[in-house]
Amino acid sequence: MKVSFPYMGTSHIAFSMLLRNLGHEPVVVKPTQKTLTLGTQYSPEFACLPFKILLGTYLEAIEKGAELILTSGGIGPCRAGYYGVLHQKIIDDLGLNAKIIVFEPPRNLSIFDLLNKINYVIKLNKIKWLDFIHYFKLGWQKLKALDEIENYVHKIRPYETNKGDTTQAFEEAQKILEKAQTKEEIEEALQAAKNVLDNVPQDKSRQPLKIGIIGEIYVVLEPFANHHVETVLGELGVEVHRSISLTGYTSNSFIKEGEQDVIKAAHPYLNQLIGGHGINSIGETVLYARHGYDGVVQLAPFACIPEIVAKGILPKVQKDLGIPVLTLFLDEQTGKAGIETRLEAFVDLLKQKRYRANVQDKLVAVNL
Amino acid sequence: MAKIGFPKALYYYLYYPFWQEFFTNLGHDMIVSSSTSKAILDLGVKETVNDACLPIKLFHGHVGDLASKVDVIFIPRMVSVRKFATETFCPKFLGLPDMVHASMEDLPPVIEEKIDLSKSPLELWRVCQRIGKEFGHSQWQINNAYWHAKKVQHRFFKSMENGLTAEKAMTGEKKKYTKDKNNLKLAFLGYPYLVYDNFINVNSLELLEKMDVEIKTVEMVPAKKLLAQRKKLPKDLFWNFSNRVMHSCLYYLDDEKVDGIVHVTAFGCGPDAMVDKMMELESKNRGEVPFLTLSLDEHTGNAGVATRLEAFVDMLKIRREKQ
Ligand code: SF4
Ligand code: SF4
Repeated sequence: MKVSFPYMGTSHIAFSMLLRNLGHEPVVVKPTQKTLTLGTQYSPEFACLPFKILLGTYLEAIEKGAELILTSGGIGPCRAGYYGVLHQKIIDDLGLNAKIIVFEPPRNLSIFDLLNKINYVIKLNKIKWLDFIHYFKLGWQKLKALDEIENYVHKIRPYETNKGDTTQAFEEAQKILEKAQTKEEIEEALQAAKNVLDNVPQDKSRQPLKIGIIGEIYVVLEPFANHHVETVLGELGVEVHRSISLTGYTSNSFIKEGEQDVIKAAHPYLNQLIGGHGINSIGETVLYARHGYDGVVQLAPFACIPEIVAKGILPKVQKDLGIPVLTLFLDEQTGKAGIETRLEAFVDLLKQKRYRANVQDKLVAVNL
Repeated sequence: MAKIGFPKALYYYLYYPFWQEFFTNLGHDMIVSSSTSKAILDLGVKETVNDACLPIKLFHGHVGDLASKVDVIFIPRMVSVRKFATETFCPKFLGLPDMVHASMEDLPPVIEEKIDLSKSPLELWRVCQRIGKEFGHSQWQINNAYWHAKKVQHRFFKSMENGLTAEKAMTGEKKKYTKDKNNLKLAFLGYPYLVYDNFINVNSLELLEKMDVEIKTVEMVPAKKLLAQRKKLPKDLFWNFSNRVMHSCLYYLDDEKVDGIVHVTAFGCGPDAMVDKMMELESKNRGEVPFLTLSLDEHTGNAGVATRLEAFVDMLKIRREKQ
């Protein structure tokens, strides 16, 4: 069966492998401007950007013949947990024939629900549970490898001597990983991919600024949604650190509660879970400040509820801990040029701040 | 005895009677902020992040209005009021005290007790005990106030179920609508702080009354019947007010049939982006009931809303004559 799923960063490489192993044909739709226009056309005006992009990719996937769409739910309290229901209603209303299956994270009794749905998907091709578990583990391993490579890229990019080399090497690294099929192959591919990145010519004498990226998961993970913020920053000579990753996120939201440190760090400012990544955004900013980061960039869909709450509280964190925060709200009208200008200005500000701090340190040293 | 300030916004419209009775029974003075006005709006816009929705901006305005008049301000952290799947209030309610603190300075002390009634049926009693003790009252006094408040709140909900709007139910005004079978019946659905705040909705209720329309709101649906709508949805929504609006919509589509549905929503409201679309689709699929979305923001003009409502009502009248 032709099966599609939400497109998010590099994860499609792992999901496609899993689906192929389960005997399905993955339909991968990389979002483009056209996708977004299509999604926006059929979405409620104030739906969040991820809702619109995903609807667009689903509609394009259905056009390409997808009959089944697999996605994950979430227990709120935020809208993402309701995406599946509304997407399905809109697809039905358009008279299209496709089914969305939402995998809800298991809590209480609903683990049966999850198992049932998996059973449905694998029994379509008479796959045994034992095999499914094996393939799932492989997919997970690949997802982790992809995450690792991406973090590696963020560390290398600010040192590259020729602008764009790292991005190119990253493309190549993804291709290497895409080919790997077994446990051993994935391990080897990870090493090979790292080698490719190590070969990018670098100037190690630089002392890059460090910026943490926080915000809503989809717009953080999908470069199309955030106009390639991480690449832009990297090429401005910044080492970025992403607070969210799919494997980190997935294991947190799916398997255990976790994240206790982040939530604890947020407590003086917000002592209440508010859904989405709201409290994380506060806690992570505190932690970035404590770990000597120069600044934080908050990425959020326009009208994103938890991130608006977070933004309302962040000025206080900024003031107390002296860490500058730049918030970028993204919607279908956001232009790349605007984002770039704002990032450049922000980086300039951080450079000056660091320069001033250095001068002051020196003055103090002289006075001693 | 303390002067306790209560912002006339957000949860005020559903839960004020309880707290009014609770605090006055304990001997305190309740001071409610002035009704929403241009001045309050301007104050709120000044104090909040510009990405916040209108009701949140207004809330800040109401807090600002109280700041110099009272000894303490009551801004409970409303998390949940019933045990219902994972339901809570909109995240902006959950972070409300924190947002207020981060953006407003020089406030009197704030009571920001967490109200999370999904925990246990005794939770409200516990909350009251905690608040009462802060003011130095004895357990017996607090108990007494709590029971009185419960009674008042119950009566308030009942009179709304009997067809009064929140404002009239609070002032104890008697029912005014004459139930005339020929009158159009219109469901005017939305969050209470939009439906019952005459400034935000530019007097829509009065306007409709003048057009001889019988108005039905979320609060007029009997509690049990409202809850019974739940099974019609594949999955519960996460927010209390949104569930109530959605369920009332289904009730007015299937059970107590109306001629049309108006959904009032705040411009840029997160939850409503989903709710509005669901309501629109349900109205279409459950008998093609006419549906109008009234989106309100700080620039909503009197004339615009009036024209749209009049046109909608006219259309409903023509429709009815045809049948
Ligand atoms: S976290 Fe933001 S983007 Fe995600 S569902 Fe909630 S409002 Fe939408
Ligand atoms: S429900 Fe909508 S209008 Fe109400 S506070 Fe939340 S975002 Fe604002």
